[in-house]
Amino acid sequence: MERRSYKRYCLTFILLGLFLLALLFANINSGSIHLTLKEVFAILMQKRGEETAYNIVWEIRLPRILAAVILGGALSVSGFLLQTFFNNPIAGPFVLGISSGAKLVVSLVMIFLLSRGLLASSQILILAAFAGAMISMGFILLISGKVRGMSMLVISGVMIGYICSAITDFVVTFADDSNIVNLHNWSLGSFSGMSWDNVRVMAAVVFVTLAITFLMSKPIGAYQLGEVYARNMGVNIRLFRVQLILLSSVLSACVTAFAGPISFVGIAVPHLIKSMLKTAKPILVIPACFLGGAVFCLFCDMIARTVFAPTELSISSVTAIFGAPVVIYAMCAKASRREKM
Amino acid sequence: MDSFYIRTDNLTVGYHGVPLIRDIGIRLDRGQILTLIGPNGAGKSTILKSISRQLSLLGGTVYLDGADIREITDKALSKKLSVVMTERIRPELMTCGDVVSAGRYPYTGRLGILSDHDREVVYASMKMVHALELRDCDFTQISDGQRQRVLLAKALCQEPEIIVLDEPTSFLDIKHKLELLTLLKTMVREKKLAIILSLHELDLAQKISDIVVCVHGDKIEKMGTPEEIFTSDYIRSLYGMTNGSYNTDFGCLEMEAPRGEPQVFVIGGNGSGIATYRRLVRQGIPFAAGVLHENDVDYEVAKTLAVSVISEKPFEPIGEQAYQKALETARRCREIVCCVKEFGTANEKNKELYAALQKVT
Repeated sequence: MERRSYKRYCLTFILLGLFLLALLFANINSGSIHLTLKEVFAILMQKRGEETAYNIVWEIRLPRILAAVILGGALSVSGFLLQTFFNNPIAGPFVLGISSGAKLVVSLVMIFLLSRGLLASSQILILAAFAGAMISMGFILLISGKVRGMSMLVISGVMIGYICSAITDFVVTFADDSNIVNLHNWSLGSFSGMSWDNVRVMAAVVFVTLAITFLMSKPIGAYQLGEVYARNMGVNIRLFRVQLILLSSVLSACVTAFAGPISFVGIAVPHLIKSMLKTAKPILVIPACFLGGAVFCLFCDMIARTVFAPTELSISSVTAIFGAPVVIYAMCAKASRREKM
Repeated sequence: MDSFYIRTDNLTVGYHGVPLIRDIGIRLDRGQILTLIGPNGAGKSTILKSISRQLSLLGGTVYLDGADIREITDKALSKKLSVVMTERIRPELMTCGDVVSAGRYPYTGRLGILSDHDREVVYASMKMVHALELRDCDFTQISDGQRQRVLLAKALCQEPEIIVLDEPTSFLDIKHKLELLTLLKTMVREKKLAIILSLHELDLAQKISDIVVCVHGDKIEKMGTPEEIFTSDYIRSLYGMTNGSYNTDFGCLEMEAPRGEPQVFVIGGNGSGIATYRRLVRQGIPFAAGVLHENDVDYEVAKTLAVSVISEKPFEPIGEQAYQKALETARRCREIVCCVKEFGTANEKNKELYAALQKVT
């Protein structure tokens, strides 16, 4: 049995890795300008090639691809952490309104800075998003202390999300600036327009956070058995909960700061990963979730920019199409499991 | 300094700073079982949670192996004390083996990877509770009895010196109740563990406990050996029973007996009458029982169920006085039931009584 599980784990990781590689190449190669595999290699490895193609690959496609990989991974790990925290399979940064909270504060900060003729830097965006995420999280925690039951929690999250989105729409509509077009795109969710500077900052934030998260796999695993047993095994529950909240908020804030709110990745990917691995052991699920999120977002981004090219879809529309059915399936599976008991 | 393994001094426990039970002084050695009994909501769980540091203490101290539990580190405490609580857990995609392995938490490294020794302990713990065949089963798919055994294995896996269990036998059928308690006994004997648990089943508490602690109102009302605690009157008052009774010798509950003029006279003895007594109570018919020796099992039951019992001293043949009294009582009844099949020198008069009563009717 144990050997069989190891085989399954290895297979999952190999599969995810292959998907990731395939999508990386597909993404570099898709768009208005087509390149041969050889050209791509030349541009990437030897840093030479025809100038326009070189610029497109290095300045537009590659940052975007890396952003999709990093942010997609971050988003699904954040979802996994929230699901563990609330012991609720359909918790996620988008559903709980955390993304929307981040979005609200980021747009407020952006508009404020734009009105003074300034552009927000990556760091300021992240900080603003983090503040917004923490505000939403605060509300959710307040509500979760008062109401029991996973559906109530999700409903409150969705409501918070709507409120934040409504306010965001409001301020975006009434803000008068030519740059608002960008803001509007961003507020729908998109990986477009990433700069190398953006990528560097998000990589630093996400990878540090992920490393800490990975090192916390052990207490996260204990927490899956419930608070009482986790405490009995020596987990400092209060500290642990704070850490979990901070980590998941940083991850989802980072995503929102750069790519706007992206729906369903945080729920769908962890669910898919867990059913692939057939285990919820954090030490396996956390890295697999990162890979899975990267694959999922790359795939969705490719669709978003190629299906109706040159018009781009918002990334959320695509992730919703693929993610929402998975979420519904997860809910039904959970419900039927409960019935059996 | 006394040498008890666990000792509480003036312990006050409760939720959110509101004291629920005060002045708790429990003492227990390794190799002993202490059981908390008492009515629902008396605070048994609160005491157990406080002792296991799930709840902060509102006053007093708990000493574990001579050290104040507030000063023991999380890790050290988890190697000394493990719990099996009533909270139902439904971990996602975890096999029973995974759940038991989680008990190795305090012993594994930063990432929680099991060593060969850890695996051996997991194996041995599962073997001890007879749960090896459940190793690869999903934890949420097993029965209540199996679940308790797996959680017990998890508790054992922590290699504790004391295990705290909150109502471990709830939801279990009698076979599994017995199995679980037998396991606890074995563990206490083989590993020299101390065990503190709460139970609702008084009959079982009476049989497995070395010390029984009665929680009632805002205090520990009584504490002592089962022999000291289990008297029918005390149990009645502990649980505030207003109807029915608890027979401590048999460890069974009896329904409230119908009152009024006896309508049926039951001649019993040697256990033959019990079924009839209970049937009459069930049907709501008041009855009288006789003539019973005071050392007869029937006497114990009849005492609580019959309107009147005519009895004779132990080991004496039934005397004239008792005979006359029985005759008189029986004549006022509309029905006579004789449950006794065999008559000897001691109960010869019962045979006579039955014959005399038959003649009349």
